[in-house]
Amino acid sequence: MAIFAGRNLTCIRGERLVFRGLDFALAKGEALLLLGPNGSGKSSLLRLMAALTAPVEGALLWRGDNLRADCAAHFARIHYLGHADAVKPALTVIENLTFWARLHGAGEDDARAAILRTGLATLADAPARFLSAGQRRRLAIARLFSAAKPLWLLDEPSVGLDNASLEILEHGFAEHRAGGGIVVVATHTALDLPAAESLILGDFAPDPHADPLDEDGIEWEADSPEDRPAGARPGA
Amino acid sequence: MGSGQSRGPARRRKARGVRPFLATLRRELRLAQRQSCDILVALLFFVLAVLILPFGVGPAPELLRAVAPGVIWVMALLAALLSMDRLFLTDHEDGSLEQIVLSPHPLESVVLAKCLAHWLTGGLPVVLVAPLLGLMLNMDSASLIPLVAALALGTPTLTLLGAIGAALVLGARRGGVLVSLLVLPLYIPVLIFGVAATDAAIHDLPVRPHLLIEAAILLAALALAPWACAAALRHASE
Repeated sequence: MAIFAGRNLTCIRGERLVFRGLDFALAKGEALLLLGPNGSGKSSLLRLMAALTAPVEGALLWRGDNLRADCAAHFARIHYLGHADAVKPALTVIENLTFWARLHGAGEDDARAAILRTGLATLADAPARFLSAGQRRRLAIARLFSAAKPLWLLDEPSVGLDNASLEILEHGFAEHRAGGGIVVVATHTALDLPAAESLILGDFAPDPHADPLDEDGIEWEADSPEDRPAGARPGA
Repeated sequence: MGSGQSRGPARRRKARGVRPFLATLRRELRLAQRQSCDILVALLFFVLAVLILPFGVGPAPELLRAVAPGVIWVMALLAALLSMDRLFLTDHEDGSLEQIVLSPHPLESVVLAKCLAHWLTGGLPVVLVAPLLGLMLNMDSASLIPLVAALALGTPTLTLLGAIGAALVLGARRGGVLVSLLVLPLYIPVLIFGVAATDAAIHDLPVRPHLLIEAAILLAALALAPWACAAALRHASE
């Protein structure tokens, strides 16, 4: 049974039609890969899913309820990882993470456990300004582990990550899904997400004369390796 | 994992507003402490701007006494504006604001905590230094207490009103100047009644009504500003 679904979603950014008529449905433990070229609306779709923006048309449903009706309840169930890492250089690693953990109802112990998990334990008391770009990304990913949420919305989570960190992230995905969690990831790099569905956002170059509903820029694909774009093949 | 879900509903209810408020306050104060030059800049600006006044208008004691309350208030107001645009800007730039908006708690409590931290690090030092500057400008010791009382009631209002401006200009170019343009007109009532309180003390008139009005403005700002800020911040992170 689908828990998180989108129906007939339309997104317009800056007077440009990004996508329309987009549907998806995700049940417990499922994962969705958002694929497509730059500017195809992966980030826009994730922001819609996070209820940061409202769809121009269509609706997003959580267990059948429109999530725009109660945004706070939706915020309580998501982790959103955007392009920015939300790391304060002047605070230490643990202070950075503890703040986010507290905002999400967890505590410093949860933050310490998450830091241990992401391999930042030796840096826990160092100011975050000394972190490299990849380490900052790891700190952002540690947010996912610091408080349990049923829905993860991740925008290019693997940017700047080394192989060891990628494994930590993929292990996190597996554990999250085993516990009934849902993952939606926009990515350009190969991520090991077994049995993930792919949503390929096409280049919806708006042709003003064409009936937009005839466009087939969105395709659903079964998760067989040959159907996947080369970049998304696990272990490619 | 799972710790967030296993907590009892009572604890979660208590967490609605208080926990994010305290967490944000602690974070903001720690940030201010680590970047203490930001605090010093506003305070030094206030002190220096008042100190150079006698060079401009001349050292006549009577003249200085007459303009002292107005000058101290105007400078306090400008000092408050000096750091205002940074209240949400850094959070906006590094993605923290998006995460704060996405936290399940009322955004208003986070805004209130940020304003309180801003006042504690920017407004309170001004209030504490003001009597020394008043003495330097030849103010009576009797009129110093109303000066401090009015500043203590007025500077939090300056922060709260400024925060609305700071939230509204997020994403705009030259936001700092824009904040000043937006907010300075709103500061006029605070300025009028603040100066009037001190003037009343100088002329042996009752001070209380002016302080009460100043307090009323503060209460109105306290009720409305976090709400307006939160709306602006939600809009900025769309």
